[in-house]
Amino acid sequence: MKKAIITVVGKDSVGILAKTCTYLASEKINILDISQTVVQDYFNMMMIADYSKSKTPFVEIASCLTKLGSNMGMEIRCQKSEIFEKMHRV
Amino acid sequence: MINISEVLETNRWILAENLDVRTITMGVSLLDCASSDLTETCKKIEEKLLRLAKDLVKTGDDIGREFGVPVINKRLSVTPIAIVGSACCKKPRDFVKIAKTLDKVASKLKVNFIGGYSAIVSKGMTKADELLIRSIPEALAVTSRICSSVNVGSTKTGIDMDAIRLMGEIVKETAKKTASQDSLGCAKLVVLCNAPDDNPFMAGAFHGVSEADAVINVGVSGPGVVNHVLKEIRGESFEVLCETIKRTAFKITRIGQLVAQEAAKRLGVPFGIIDLSLAPTPAIGDSVADILREIGLEHPGAPGTTAALALLNDQVKKGGVMASSYVGGLSGAFIPVSEDQGMIDAVNAGALTIEKLEAMTCVCSVGLDMIAIPGDTTASTISGIIADEAAIGMVNQKTTAVRIIPVVGKKEGDSVEFGGLLGHAPVMGVSRFSCEKMISRSGRIPAPIHSFKN
Repeated sequence: MKKAIITVVGKDSVGILAKTCTYLASEKINILDISQTVVQDYFNMMMIADYSKSKTPFVEIASCLTKLGSNMGMEIRCQKSEIFEKMHRV
Repeated sequence: MINISEVLETNRWILAENLDVRTITMGVSLLDCASSDLTETCKKIEEKLLRLAKDLVKTGDDIGREFGVPVINKRLSVTPIAIVGSACCKKPRDFVKIAKTLDKVASKLKVNFIGGYSAIVSKGMTKADELLIRSIPEALAVTSRICSSVNVGSTKTGIDMDAIRLMGEIVKETAKKTASQDSLGCAKLVVLCNAPDDNPFMAGAFHGVSEADAVINVGVSGPGVVNHVLKEIRGESFEVLCETIKRTAFKITRIGQLVAQEAAKRLGVPFGIIDLSLAPTPAIGDSVADILREIGLEHPGAPGTTAALALLNDQVKKGGVMASSYVGGLSGAFIPVSEDQGMIDAVNAGALTIEKLEAMTCVCSVGLDMIAIPGDTTASTISGIIADEAAIGMVNQKTTAVRIIPVVGKKEGDSVEFGGLLGHAPVMGVSRFSCEKMISRSGRIPAPIHSFKN
């Protein structure tokens, strides 16, 4: 399994999750976990997803998600999970 | 499993507090490029660097995008050129030809700097060492991506005062040759004592002869992050302060470790070391001076500064050592003036002088760094400043360095602009008392005694 962490940050609006998930499904990226918080009207969502079945290079997936986010006025980042695991787990 | 608050913390550090991987530096040995023919040596150097480092920039950028952490600089460090060129360079001009070759390669590969236009003369200079040193002003004037360093002493060998006398003149000449750019050449020239072989940071990076054929060294930075976390524990005890710095340094170093391992794997080159240095940039908030202020000083330079810096430097090392098996290079806190807005403010406020900076270098990771001084400062005074720093390094078994810029045509209180990461600086005053008679003595200072430590 190859895990990616996708974060979506911005003003809450209708359809954010739907659009993001539709794109991920089209790339055969499986969502393993979703968590979210809303801080001062700002929507913070994190997905853990498995991209091992996707044929698209990771950098391209990340930049497509960033574009998708900016079309919705949101900031979407897609990062390989190792950066967080290394930093927060001994 | 990773939780959302951990993810948000990491991304906040990256996006708001300037956490980045400052440099992936590929060290390359050029010993096998040496020959008695200058043209052939240059050809071999070009071939080897283009072969080994062709994917360096792309790999760094890819890793940055995949993990979502900026990899700011991609650089090369090479075997000290005084050694590589010793058989084929008969005049300083011959060494300049190698410098031009290195500059051309750096530009082709799109690396922003190449370090190693260096000579290691801790105990004495060979003919080639001296020729290289004499070629530095011209080499730095006709190239844009070359960094030069000269190691003039070590704890084991003592200090080569002949080299220091020469370096005073070379620094002056470099300033003159690049006078039209506010003497920018001197920003790419550093004089060291106890220089490490594996430092990925410029201007002092070179690939020591004790190293393998090629290695990947990574420099991580994050003064903004440390400053941010300290704001949350304002007024707490030293124990909490130290623990917080250590934890933060640990997390930052782990990112460096990940990036270094990935880069090494993708480039097929062994991983060397992580250098965790709090390296400030002129960006607001990305400042070591701000950390010192957050610890509780009105300005760096106030009484207590040396103690605060000692504490900071030590905790950074302790956190870093736990996070990676191979911590090396300089690892600690850098205290450049022009590259740190907080330091510039302290100088402008009258809180920070060269003498206090010298005291701070006893406990920081390097030395007098990026300090602009009046253009009419004499060569012997510059040599005296270098000798003082080298003595601190030699006696305390640590790396020390001097990177000062006697800006042609400027006097104390003026300001100079170097641009980019090199920043801008107020011209600082230096002592008007002479050390000329001492500097004009020939020979070297013997190595210090290693017992009777007091």
